[in-house]
Amino acid sequence: MSVRRLHADQPDSFAFSDENASWASGQIAKFPEGRQASAIIALLWQAQKQEGWLSEPAIRTIADMLDMPHIRAMEVATFYTMFNLSPVGEHFVQLCGTTPCWLRGADDLKSVCRNVIGEPGDITEDGKLSWLEVECLGACVNAPMVQINDDFYEDLTAASLEQLLQDLRDGKTVATGPQNSRHGSEPEGGLTVLKGEQ
Amino acid sequence: MLRDEDRIFKNIYGLGGADLTAAKARGDWDGTGELIKKGRDWVIDEVKASGLRGRGGAGFPTGLKWSFMPKENDGRPHYLVINADESEPGTCKDRDILRHEPHKLLEGCLLAGFAMGAHVCYIYVRGEFIREREALQRAVDEAYAAGLLGKDAAGSGWDYDIYVHHGAGAYICGEETALIESLEGKKGQPRLKPPFPANMGLYGCPTTVNNVESIAVAPTICRRSGAWFAGLGRDGNTGTKLFCISGHVNHPCNVEEEMGIALKELIEKHAGGVRGGWDNLLAVIPGGSSVPLLPKEICDTVLMDFDSLKEVQSGLGTAAVIVMDKSTDIIKAIARISHFYKHESCGQCTPCREGTGWMWRVLERMAAGQAQVKEIDMLLQVTKQIEGHTICALGDAAAWPVQGLIRHFRPLIEARLTQGPGHQEAAE
Amino acid sequence: MSDKVNLTVDGTAVSVAPGTTILQACEEAGAEIPRFCYHERLSVAGNCRMCLVEVEKAPKPVASCAMPVAPDMVVSTKSDSVKAAREGVMEFLLINHPLDCPICDQGGECDLQDQALGFGGDASRFADNKRAVENKHMGPLVSTIMTRCIHCTRCVRFAQEVAGVPEIGAIGRGEDMEITTYLEASLDSELSGNVIDLCPVGALTSRPYAFTARPWELKKTETIDVMDAVGSNIRVDMRGREAMRIMPRNHDDVNEEWLSDKSRFVWDGLNTQRLDRPYVRDGQNLAPASWEEAFAHIAEKLNGKGAKAAAIAGDLVCGEGQFALKALMDKLESPHVDCRQDGAKLSGPRGNYIFNTSIAGIEEADALLLIGTNPRLEAPVLNARIRKRYLMGNFPIATLGAPAELTYEADNIGAGPDTLADVLAGKHGFSDVLAKAERPMIILGQGALTRADGDAVLAAAIALAEKSGAISDTWNGFNVLHTAAARVAGLDLGLLPGEGGLDVAGIQQAAQSGEVETVILYGADEIAGASLGDAFVIYIGSHGDRGAHRADVILPAAAYTEKQAIYVNTEGRPQMTEPAATPPGEAREDWKIFRALSEVLGLTLPFDNLADLRSAMFEVAPHFAQLDGLSESAAPQAAAKDMAAAKMSREAFAYSVNDFYFTNPIARASATMADCAKAKQQRDGETEGTGTHG
Repeated sequence: MSVRRLHADQPDSFAFSDENASWASGQIAKFPEGRQASAIIALLWQAQKQEGWLSEPAIRTIADMLDMPHIRAMEVATFYTMFNLSPVGEHFVQLCGTTPCWLRGADDLKSVCRNVIGEPGDITEDGKLSWLEVECLGACVNAPMVQINDDFYEDLTAASLEQLLQDLRDGKTVATGPQNSRHGSEPEGGLTVLKGEQ
Repeated sequence: MLRDEDRIFKNIYGLGGADLTAAKARGDWDGTGELIKKGRDWVIDEVKASGLRGRGGAGFPTGLKWSFMPKENDGRPHYLVINADESEPGTCKDRDILRHEPHKLLEGCLLAGFAMGAHVCYIYVRGEFIREREALQRAVDEAYAAGLLGKDAAGSGWDYDIYVHHGAGAYICGEETALIESLEGKKGQPRLKPPFPANMGLYGCPTTVNNVESIAVAPTICRRSGAWFAGLGRDGNTGTKLFCISGHVNHPCNVEEEMGIALKELIEKHAGGVRGGWDNLLAVIPGGSSVPLLPKEICDTVLMDFDSLKEVQSGLGTAAVIVMDKSTDIIKAIARISHFYKHESCGQCTPCREGTGWMWRVLERMAAGQAQVKEIDMLLQVTKQIEGHTICALGDAAAWPVQGLIRHFRPLIEARLTQGPGHQEAAE
Repeated sequence: MSDKVNLTVDGTAVSVAPGTTILQACEEAGAEIPRFCYHERLSVAGNCRMCLVEVEKAPKPVASCAMPVAPDMVVSTKSDSVKAAREGVMEFLLINHPLDCPICDQGGECDLQDQALGFGGDASRFADNKRAVENKHMGPLVSTIMTRCIHCTRCVRFAQEVAGVPEIGAIGRGEDMEITTYLEASLDSELSGNVIDLCPVGALTSRPYAFTARPWELKKTETIDVMDAVGSNIRVDMRGREAMRIMPRNHDDVNEEWLSDKSRFVWDGLNTQRLDRPYVRDGQNLAPASWEEAFAHIAEKLNGKGAKAAAIAGDLVCGEGQFALKALMDKLESPHVDCRQDGAKLSGPRGNYIFNTSIAGIEEADALLLIGTNPRLEAPVLNARIRKRYLMGNFPIATLGAPAELTYEADNIGAGPDTLADVLAGKHGFSDVLAKAERPMIILGQGALTRADGDAVLAAAIALAEKSGAISDTWNGFNVLHTAAARVAGLDLGLLPGEGGLDVAGIQQAAQSGEVETVILYGADEIAGASLGDAFVIYIGSHGDRGAHRADVILPAAAYTEKQAIYVNTEGRPQMTEPAATPPGEAREDWKIFRALSEVLGLTLPFDNLADLRSAMFEVAPHFAQLDGLSESAAPQAAAKDMAAAKMSREAFAYSVNDFYFTNPIARASATMADCAKAKQQRDGETEGTGTHG
């Protein structure tokens, strides 16, 4: 965790799109009356999806929507690391660097990101890519892996990541999940259990 | 080895469908209403009889935990909260349940919720599991459409709602009271206990927080009986367990096995063995990053269950087996884990906030050979100053891996510090 | 709950009430428990871990501040494991704490320093770089040096819980957690200075006091505040003749340990704009004069015309001074005396004009109606007590007047007397709330009393209190909230128009018409100068403010920190101030001025010293002798002539305090108060600009 600060350049205002506004009401309705603050993570997340990152006006607007003191919303926005307090690339690469991925070559993937994109947080000039090293993303038996926007890309090698980044940049459709022959978390090269199930 | 018919998660790899029809074909939602009609006590007794211990890491008996919920409703609603904030490094089993076996979880939520007098359940999925959350939401929608949730859920006479909620990047929310705080819309900072969630949990109401796997096995236990589950494994360490085998193995994978399987058998049978062969093994972290590592000589014989691993001063944790072969810079591996805990400390209480960063910095220097030998003892003392002195278990979790390193690899650290950086001492 | 829990602490048996924390039980047993985050008046955070103790059978050390006692607990606070735990926590707190004690304003009164000495280790083992944290702006009062912060969150909890302005938070997480306000806005609280006291280290310090003194070089005087009518207990710290700072003292029944920002930070006003010698008007100018010259000038004007003199007592003046003034006016045979410079329609039985419930009594109430009062600005510390009660739950609050930003939820049920009439007539929903309440409270503000129909409003409010069962043998829920520290003493001592006497409005009219020729303004600075026509004005007071500007003769008097004097707070509680310094220059204690003047006038007052004066004063007001006591007061009683709702106008209630930072001459002399007002203005302007709410 490093100090997380609001971005220097902030938009003047934030408003949910009509669609997102009604979606937000649905989220608030999941919780008992008076407990609307429970929806804050969901709403901040949706604001980030809408804008690409989380701005100060968005934090404030959502705090008002949920009748929360602004500082409480700011606490939440800065506590949870998935909230991007600065703009990110169109394809935002979160590279898992925790030990299980590190053991299987996460450092090589970091080099790829450094070479192709730049330093963590940098956005490529075309606006397509940026990356950060993050902590364990929970796909350890498919290490090393990255998350790009909503999808996991697993069982990576330096070469396959480099190709993946190029494909994304080129606007090509890419396969999500394991980038080798695996389907999910089964061992590569043949099942050891449940062979007769499918 | 566990027979396939005793495996609960038959679609753990997602090779079959995750949809309701496929799930029903695998036996999910079979007579759930009838199970519920047997009553609260029956459900709890079956789970107690199964010997099921919480699969989230702490291993607390699940049936007992359910029984802590007030028997009578005092006007406050009861809540079941599912901890799907799977973030323990090495662990990725709940992810597979969420995306491939969601109906097992949902059915378990209904049974468990009923058993503790809850009509509402929140499933808190870690924020990064976006696709998994979507898969789970699809299953929830299917279940509502099929009458398995909502009013008179599954024909049980019990009204039951399940809401999918999520986090946004905070390991600490896997701690049950931090999860509750987060679910209330706050920072995920653990609460002081007492009061315990069973009395004062979500919104100040009686609440039980359970791990995904613990709940997802409950329907099968109820259907096949607690005795069946208890017949697997050994006393106090019963049943089946999802293991995650990562790191330096030939074929990393998740697998459901019998509790108490030998570590070596687990790795060799399912993960294709240690890279370069068993003799190339340096150490294993047997239960997720929080538990102390085990050097090869212990790995040769140790069994994978709560009590066996406790005996060797480690723990089953989440049964996430992280394998490290002899090419591993073990100091760096643990330093990286320390970085994780520094990053994930909520910052609330002093020993963890200040101590995790301290440990990480010292370990980084040690990994680079830039520390003094006397700092090894100091580091060990720092771990002891954290351990047992914090509000939640994250402090312990941060301290134990470092203690494990020093316990088993002190000579290696000393060599690194006396012979300078770059010295290769690991492989001999 | 009478059953006690028995346990042992370090081998000492102790018996405490159930629900007591181990920490409290340890204190009961005489065992000192170090702590940083724990504070008696805040919620339990349990985060500093300094209070860990060993409890037999517990698997690990227990945070004593958070754990309730259980029967037969065996607690050890001195074991090796406890010692090790404390040393460990101390070390953790210190590794990232800067070693800037030599330039830290907390030095000498720092919990971290003290506890490091008492419970810490003897050497530092931390070899890495210390954390540095950017300072955060928090307004003109609170200076931040955030690298020193130990994250105890006392300030966060105070703002949320006591001040009721949830504006401080801890952003980020882990070792990068930082205390701040939202976008570093100034704290919008009249109680913000309390975070300075609460901060156990030098992270939040007093900005106005910054780098001016070390605590051990200050002379500390325990006295009473007069910035409002609460009578907060304070300590004034002086270096030589200069007030350096003001701190709260604990008084459970009055201010607990809080202090309003005005009371705390007004001290620079004590050092400026002071009247330190007599002046006599010479045409347009006020010329310095000797006491003899000034008195002679007065004697000349008053000679034989005592009955044409009038006197108005101001907001900050003491009991002794008012008593002497009244005695002098009696000697002059003038009935034109009034202590209500704001024109409040208050008199009658004592129960009509004091805060009968008492401040601590607020905690017992179960419903509240605020009439024409904004306690947040009129008495911030009392307001905190209302919030405290509110937080306990089941405390419906309604307000009559313009909607105000209070620190608790309150239903604004109307703007003026018509709604009051409805509530009284049982035609309003809140009538039921009051009727059903067992201990309802009504608080009447000066804003409801300083109007032409103030008598009728007072009568209606008393009638409502009676009707609602707010006045019984065991409960008195009728309250007048004063804003002037001087007022209750003035009313108690009868500084009211005598037979045929004029009140403040009458005096002003008569001064304009020439019927009154001389007006004595005793610390009365809220009277418009022009309203006194061509009258000869004698101003007796401490500051060169409005009164002095209009004066023909100025007699310099003592400020509240420069005399031993009795003030009676809004509850009717007499308290004694103690002099922290002597009055500046030639200024003299108030009563001595009246005594000396009376002699020059040949009307010598019958007391030669303070003791004699007090004996005479206690005859008029015996309860003044019961310092810090709340004596039985006559029950509120509405005068029959005022008992018609029709007498009330339809005009909305206004509030008596709008410019919180400028309510009196000392505050107006304070540059700090001006800074606060500016920050507040800026903040309010910004808030409007961005369309956000508090």
